[in-house]
Amino acid sequence: MNAPVIDDQVGGHRPVILGAGVMGAGIATLALGHGLPVLLIDVEEAALDRARERIEQQLRMAEMMGALPADVTPGRLSVSTSIPAAGGGTAVIEAITESAELKAKALAEVSALVNDDTVLITNTSSIPIDELAAAIPLRAQLVGTHFMNPSYLIRTVEVIRGAWTGDGAMESVHTLLAALRRTPVVVADAPGFVTSRILHPMINTAARVVQDGTANVEAVDALMQGCLGHPTGPLRTADLIGLDNLVDSLKVLYDRTGDESCRPCDLLLELVRKGDHGRKSGRGFYEYEGDLS
Amino acid sequence: MTSISNESVPKENLDSAVQAEMLGFLLTRTKTSWEPDTDLFASGGLSSLFAMQLVVHLEKTFDLSIRGSDLRLENFRTVNAMVGLVGRLRGSAGVGTGD
Repeated sequence: MNAPVIDDQVGGHRPVILGAGVMGAGIATLALGHGLPVLLIDVEEAALDRARERIEQQLRMAEMMGALPADVTPGRLSVSTSIPAAGGGTAVIEAITESAELKAKALAEVSALVNDDTVLITNTSSIPIDELAAAIPLRAQLVGTHFMNPSYLIRTVEVIRGAWTGDGAMESVHTLLAALRRTPVVVADAPGFVTSRILHPMINTAARVVQDGTANVEAVDALMQGCLGHPTGPLRTADLIGLDNLVDSLKVLYDRTGDESCRPCDLLLELVRKGDHGRKSGRGFYEYEGDLS
Repeated sequence: MTSISNESVPKENLDSAVQAEMLGFLLTRTKTSWEPDTDLFASGGLSSLFAMQLVVHLEKTFDLSIRGSDLRLENFRTVNAMVGLVGRLRGSAGVGTGD
């Protein structure tokens, strides 16, 4: 694959996204839909091919939901299998597998390529930012985000400031999120931060309720929606997150907190073993057609 | 799934076919029976993400391309709204009329 050319900057932003999975593609959709040029990098050519299709579909979804500014021409998507191509971005958003080891390795590699003022953003649902910062020389440039899925529809973004995160990095991430019309909520660093620390054990418990035979999947979600006002039930939310990602995050939380409610239950582990990873695989707690997220 | 691409189908038959197809699709996907005029996305209904599954299914089944101004949630809010959309699109040579 040839080295990609990044378009002229739009509003100064030329984000590079590492990882063409669900979150990488979703964030790319968000940026493209707001007119930013995006360079999407993944080591697997096939993952980039799938991401292109996914992004095309997601741009349609975003349009249907009125989630994109009407007067903006979508940015141009470039793809690459070469991590060194990340050196040209104004921000590098790492959105690879939820593994502290893999993320630290990728960030260390990117850290050696970027300018001193390039913000490094790690998108994670649970891994403490300081653990990742410890692995790279540019610790002040690293900030955490936890975009929800689908990131092109959900307006609020959890932003995590690590102990080493500098003011410049915080300013950069705020500017980027403003260009994407997202609302940041800044929190301190901890395993799972705020949203996953609360949500993930709850989903795990919902799965355990099904496992124990207390109620079926539909009943659990119907009760949480109808009685408690959740817009999406916990198990449908789990499918949206991706059950493999959810299990990875729960393990991160359990290993770091010892909280038994974070130990992935057998039903979740079994679904992941079978490859039923949720919406993205076409089946999880529910079945899907026309994968989107 | 049956692909219906014969554009000479009388409108009444097409309407009935679209309604039956989409009610069946919804029953299969949501394990819930829906009325043709029920708002699928009202409180306690389906996630709006499901709308794209409806778009994809309509496009595949009725050989359509739904684009531009036709691609808005209101067109997928009820089964009858989808019946109307397919009728309009099929009435214009089976392609999207959106801009």
